[in-house]
Amino acid sequence: MQDRIRISCSRQNLQKVRDFVRDFLLSADRSDLVVNQVVLAVDEVVANFIIHANGEDTTQFLELLLVLAGPNLDIEIEDYGSTLFLPAGKVANPDMRAYIQQGRKGGMGMALVSRIMDQVEFFERNSHTVCHLSKVLG
Amino acid sequence: MGPIMKVTAQPADTTLTLLLDGELDASSAVVLDTELNKPELLKYKKVLIDCQRLSYISSAGLGVFISHLQRLQDSNVKLVFFNMQEKVFNVFEILGLDSLMTIVPTEQAALAA
Repeated sequence: MQDRIRISCSRQNLQKVRDFVRDFLLSADRSDLVVNQVVLAVDEVVANFIIHANGEDTTQFLELLLVLAGPNLDIEIEDYGSTLFLPAGKVANPDMRAYIQQGRKGGMGMALVSRIMDQVEFFERNSHTVCHLSKVLG
Repeated sequence: MGPIMKVTAQPADTTLTLLLDGELDASSAVVLDTELNKPELLKYKKVLIDCQRLSYISSAGLGVFISHLQRLQDSNVKLVFFNMQEKVFNVFEILGLDSLMTIVPTEQAALAA
């Protein structure tokens, strides 16, 4: 089964994205815990695209494609904005104790994504940034 | 569309309980941040976070708690989470925050923590 959604780059659309992913996976009868993890991973990537790649420019938009074939989930998030955003060597293992000591607010999103999903890739296609996430659902 | 996060403050003697209702994401985390930035927070011995109605948290929400935790600790204010849903606790676990923050099952346990 598959489904897609297009949203403008506003953080007010994050809930719409989460509901879209949640409804898709719950209709495929997946556990609450796994669904929440995938929803979170998508939310983190989409938030990064909206806030950091597009500066919350609501004239720019993203498209999400969800494909579920048996236990294999593939998600593509394509940024139709004009700036390429290819995260380079983000810290996958942040030192949370240090973050707390520093009072640090950000920098954990991609660590969550990489720990939840089996595969995380960012690449360029037709001058757009695409994020591909995949996971074999239990 | 209404707000996706509501924070209700319930002050007691030496304890302040913050009830979180909704989803904590990059759009709503500022609501919590505003609450935790209030100077009067530092007069309490404990700030309890009631998570019974917290249905979702992303790194933005976690970041708010992380950014205030050391400051509260330095002022001898203990931050304690309770009534957390399993799927929300799981997010803390993924980052190892369950061993760095005080998370207990019930309000009773939180008051005793």
